[in-house]
Amino acid sequence: MSSMTLKQRKTMGHVLRWLLALFLMFFAIFPVLWVLSASLNPSNTLASAKLIPDNVGLDNYRFLFESPEFPLLTWLWNSIKISSITTILSVSITTLAAYAFSRLRFTGRQLMLKGILLIQVFPGLLAMIAIFTLVTQFGSIIPALGLDTHAGLIMVYLGGAMGVNIWLMKGFFDTIPRAIDESAMVDGATHWQIFSLLLLPLMRPILVVIGILSFIGTYGDFILARILLKSTDQYPLMVGLFIFTSGEFSQKWGPFAAGALIGALPIMIVYLLLQDQIVGGLTQGAVKG
Amino acid sequence: MTAQALKQPGASSGGQQSATLLNVVLRLVLLLALDGFFIWFALSAFAEGFTQLGVVIAVIAAAVNYIILVRDMYPLRWMLVGLILMIMFAIWPILLTVFVAFTNYGDGHLLTKVQSIELIQQERYLPEGGAAYSWTGYRNEAGEYALWLQNAAGESFLAFPGTSLIPASEAEGIGELDDNGIPVSIEGYEKLNALQVASDQTIPSIQFGSELDGVQIRSAREAAQLQLRYEYDEATDSLTDRETGVSYSPIAGTWTSQTGDTLPFGFRATVGTGNFTRFFESPAFRGPLLRIITWNFAFAFLSVFTTFSLGLGIAYIYNDRSLPGRKIIQSFLLIPYTIPSLITIIIWRGMFNNQVGVINRTLDSLLGIAPAWTVDPTLAKLAIIIVNLWLGYPYFMLICSGALQAIPEDLYEAARVDGANAWQRFFKITLPLLLVAVGPLLVASFVYNFNNFNLIFLFIEGGPPIANSATRAGHTDILISYVYNFAFASGRAKEYGLGSAITIIIFLIVAVITLFQFRYTKMWEEVGEGV
Repeated sequence: MSSMTLKQRKTMGHVLRWLLALFLMFFAIFPVLWVLSASLNPSNTLASAKLIPDNVGLDNYRFLFESPEFPLLTWLWNSIKISSITTILSVSITTLAAYAFSRLRFTGRQLMLKGILLIQVFPGLLAMIAIFTLVTQFGSIIPALGLDTHAGLIMVYLGGAMGVNIWLMKGFFDTIPRAIDESAMVDGATHWQIFSLLLLPLMRPILVVIGILSFIGTYGDFILARILLKSTDQYPLMVGLFIFTSGEFSQKWGPFAAGALIGALPIMIVYLLLQDQIVGGLTQGAVKG
Repeated sequence: MTAQALKQPGASSGGQQSATLLNVVLRLVLLLALDGFFIWFALSAFAEGFTQLGVVIAVIAAAVNYIILVRDMYPLRWMLVGLILMIMFAIWPILLTVFVAFTNYGDGHLLTKVQSIELIQQERYLPEGGAAYSWTGYRNEAGEYALWLQNAAGESFLAFPGTSLIPASEAEGIGELDDNGIPVSIEGYEKLNALQVASDQTIPSIQFGSELDGVQIRSAREAAQLQLRYEYDEATDSLTDRETGVSYSPIAGTWTSQTGDTLPFGFRATVGTGNFTRFFESPAFRGPLLRIITWNFAFAFLSVFTTFSLGLGIAYIYNDRSLPGRKIIQSFLLIPYTIPSLITIIIWRGMFNNQVGVINRTLDSLLGIAPAWTVDPTLAKLAIIIVNLWLGYPYFMLICSGALQAIPEDLYEAARVDGANAWQRFFKITLPLLLVAVGPLLVASFVYNFNNFNLIFLFIEGGPPIANSATRAGHTDILISYVYNFAFASGRAKEYGLGSAITIIIFLIVAVITLFQFRYTKMWEEVGEGV
C-alpha cells in the first residue's frame, strides 16, 4: 500500500517535471524554430515572417548559394580554415607554456600567471585601434601578414593564445602526479621527453576539449575579423552574417535566417555530440567567450 | 621553495639539455635565423618610418637572445612563440591604450605638433593690399574653371587651379583677343558672361595658381594674390594670424588665443589626468555616467543571478537518474549554448522588433498589447535580461549538474534523518556546497557580463538614447558600449583619449573584482605553494 503511493508519487513527479521541461524546451528552441521557419519562407522580410509559412520553399538557401554578393560557402570555408589553423597553433602554444608553468620553477612565474589573468580581463575594444595600426604596418613590411589577409588575422588571434586557456591547461598538468616525471627524470629523461612521451598522451582528452572551445571561440568572433578584413571574399561567416544586419536588415531576413542556420549547425552538432567531454572542461573554469 | 624543487631546478635541467653538441648547434642556427629575421624586420620598420614598431621588435629580439642564450631562462623557451605574440598583439596594444588615456588623441588632435604647424601654415588669406588683378572666368564641359588675369602693369596671365600662373605669351590655345585684351575663348573652355559670373557659386571658393602664387577671386571684378596667413615663431612657440594680428599659443594640444579662440588643427599632447577628471567632474558627463555605471553593475549582477538561478534550478530538478528521457531534456535545453552568440543575439533582435517582431505580434493577437521594447528604457532592459538569460543559463546548467553529482549522498541522508525538509536540504546543504565549487565561475561570469559589448551593441546599440545628454549615451549602454561611441561611432568626433581613460577605469573595476575572487579561491594558494 505505502510502496504503491510512493510509486504513484514518483510517477506524478516525473509527469510534473516533464511538463515543466516541455515549457523550458519551448523557451530554449523557440528562436531556433522561428529562424528555421523564416529560412523556409520565400517572402523573405522580417515583417512577413510567420511561424508556419504559407508556402514553404528553399528560395533563401538558393539565394545564398548563388548570390555573388553573399558568398556563404566561401565564408563558411574561411571560418573553418581560420578557426582550424588558429586552434591547432594556439593549443600547441598553450600546452607548451602550461607545461613550463606547471613543471618548471623560475623567478617571475607567479607574476606572469597573474599578469596573464589581468591581460585577459582588460577591455580590448580600444586596443583594436593599436592592433589595426600594427597590422597595417606589418602589412607594408610583409604583405602576407597585412590587413585583409587571413594570416594576419590568425597572427593576432595567436597573440591571445597564451591568455585564454593557460590556467585551465596548467590546472590539468597539475593534476598529473609529479611522481611520474620524477621517476622518468631519475632514468635520465629530458623535459622534452617527459612532456612529449609521458604527459601529452595523458592530456589528450583535455586537449580535445580545449581545442573545441578554442575553435568555437574563434568561429564566433566577429569584431577583430570585421576590423582586419576588408574584402567580402575574405570574410569569415560571422562577419558575413553581421553585414546582413546593416542597411536594410529586416528586408534580408530570410537569407539571414538561412545563413544563420547553416553557420550554427556545425557547432551545434559538435556540442551535442561531445557535451559530456565539454562539461568536464567547463567545470574547470573556462567561460564561453 | 620545496626541497624537491631545489633538487631539480630549471637550471640543472637546462644543463642536461645543452649537454649534447647537436642541441647546441641547432639552437645557435635557430637563433641566427631568428636574429636575421628580427634585424631585417626592425630595419624595414625604421625605413618605413614605423619607429615604435622598430623599437618594439628590437626589444623583443634582445629578449629572445637572452632567453635562448642564458641557461636560467630555460623555462621561458617553452613559451617563446606565445610570449612574442602576446607582447606584440596583447601587451603592446594595452600599453598604447594606457598611454593614449593620458593624451588628447582624437579628431582635431590626430597630428603631431610639427604636422599641425605645417598644416596650419598652408592656410592663405586675401590681404587688402595684395597684388590685385582684374579677371575673366572660363569654364569647360567638365565643369572646370580657368581665369584670365590682368594686373595694373598691363601684364596678362592664364590661371588654372593647382598649376603656376602662365604668362600670356607662353599660354597655349588662346583664342582671339578682344579690345580689352581678353581672349574670346580658350581651347576647350568657354567664356562666362556677366550673368553666369554673378550666379556662379563655385568660382569664388576656388584657389587658382599653385601654392606659391595662389590667386583667389575677391569681388566681381577683382582677384588678388593669396598670402600665407599664419606665422610660426619658434622663440615664443606661437602662431600669429597676419590678418588679425592675434597670436595663438598651444594649450594642451590646441592652439588657443588669449580670448579663448582656437584653431581647427590641434596636435597630440599629453594632458595628464585631464581625461579622467573630465570624465568624473564635467557635469555634462555626470548625468549619463551615473546611470550607465548603475545599470552596468545591475546588468552584470542580474545576468549572473538569473542565469545561475535558472541553470541551478534545472540541474537540481533534473538531477534524477530515474527520470525517463533525462538526456533528451538536457540536450534540448543545451541548444542556446551551442549557437554562436552573434547569431542568436541578432535573431532575438528580430524577434523583439516593435512593429513586426514575432513576440509583439503574438502578444498582440493573444492579449492585444504591443510593448515598445526598443523605445521604453525599462522594457529594453527587461528584454536584454531575458535574452541574456536565454544565452547564459545552459552554461550554469552544465556546471551545476556536474557540481551536484559531486555532493555526497550521505549528507542528504543524514539531514533527512534529522528531519530536514526539501527546502532546508536545498538551502542548508546543496546551495552552500555548490557555491564553494561554482563561486569563482560566478565571479568570472560577472566580469564577462560587465563587459558584454556584443549583447548590448548587437541587440540594441545601447538605445533608447538618453534625452538631453551631452554625449551620445543610451539607457541600456554599459561602460564598454559607451566607450565605443567615443572611438568608433560614425558621424561624430572621435575621442580616443577619453575613450581610453574610460577603458582604464573599467579595467580597474574588473581587475579588482578578479583579484578579489582569487584571494578566496584555491588558485592563488596553489601558485603560492608552487605545487
